[in-house]
Amino acid sequence: MKHLPLLCIAALMAARPVLAQDTLSGPDAFENIADESQRSAAMFTEIGKVLTNPRCLNCHPVGNSPTQGDDMHPHSPPVVRGDADFGAPGMTCNTCHGPQNVTLTSGEGSIPGHEPWSLAPVSMGWVGKSLAEICTQIKDPERNGGRDLEAIYEHMATDGLVGWGWDPGAGRSPAPGSQDVLGQLTRAWIDTGAVCPG
Amino acid sequence: MTKFTVNGREVDLDIDPDTPLLWALRDELRLTGTKFGCGVAQCGACTVMLDGMPRRSCVTPISMVEGSEVTTIEGMEGPEIAAVQAAWEAIDVPQCGWCQSGQIMSATALLQQVSSPTDGDINNAMAGNVCRCATYVRIRQAIHDAAKTLEG
Repeated sequence: MKHLPLLCIAALMAARPVLAQDTLSGPDAFENIADESQRSAAMFTEIGKVLTNPRCLNCHPVGNSPTQGDDMHPHSPPVVRGDADFGAPGMTCNTCHGPQNVTLTSGEGSIPGHEPWSLAPVSMGWVGKSLAEICTQIKDPERNGGRDLEAIYEHMATDGLVGWGWDPGAGRSPAPGSQDVLGQLTRAWIDTGAVCPG
Repeated sequence: MTKFTVNGREVDLDIDPDTPLLWALRDELRLTGTKFGCGVAQCGACTVMLDGMPRRSCVTPISMVEGSEVTTIEGMEGPEIAAVQAAWEAIDVPQCGWCQSGQIMSATALLQQVSSPTDGDINNAMAGNVCRCATYVRIRQAIHDAAKTLEG
């Protein structure tokens, strides 16, 4: 009987939903890093937990087709990037993806959706790259859609398609943390010099 | 109530707004040319045109088509669909036929956008339309034939 309270606590913890918020630290967690550059790079590494999550990487391929699922398997049905990062003529992304997630009638899984829905341009492809490479790429206006650091903050903190990563529909795990924490981290990363990890 | 247009006719459906468009077409409007294949946007049998673009109706809640124009295989008109239908008949593309209305919708959409598609264009546009009889070789040939007809 002496183990009962312990078992109850374990059972309660198992039943408690895993809060995505728990898995991404905010800027406060990095205050103990005295060197500002090191703190900035450390915060980008934390941001990288989101950037390298399947919710982001699946549509940031370096090739011509997206992946899907938490295991990042090839998109099914097979689709191609197309000239506008929106699929091929006759089978564009919106053939299946609508303005919101749609739970399948089988009750298992969903078709993800958001308006707009498309691949990131190939210049923003991240799959297989190191965090240092992704960081440099994100800051490069030649490759990031002409964004300055403030525009990058806006994108991370407020963009709807970025936000979809935390509301991905049935059958997909959300990105770690929340868009709010990602925004805070991005703000703090920029304010500390937007240093890339080595 | 969900209001939209199907094949040029205004419809007003008082059903659950989460009802898939495919259900509404087949069960409420009795337009059974559009087929149920997989229900999960993997096979293309349920393809319709939504505001002129192909759309899998099995994953389209009717709330999404409020105010939109839906065209099913029964309501398709124009030179591309005519050329596709003629090409399909000429070389007997269908075997069992179940997937064919979806195939024809996607093929027509392709030809509306690319008048002389390459094999690659056809593969990319038709990759989401599965045929359990594997009539893919005839489908590709018929699309090329339809393109030639449209060239005049």
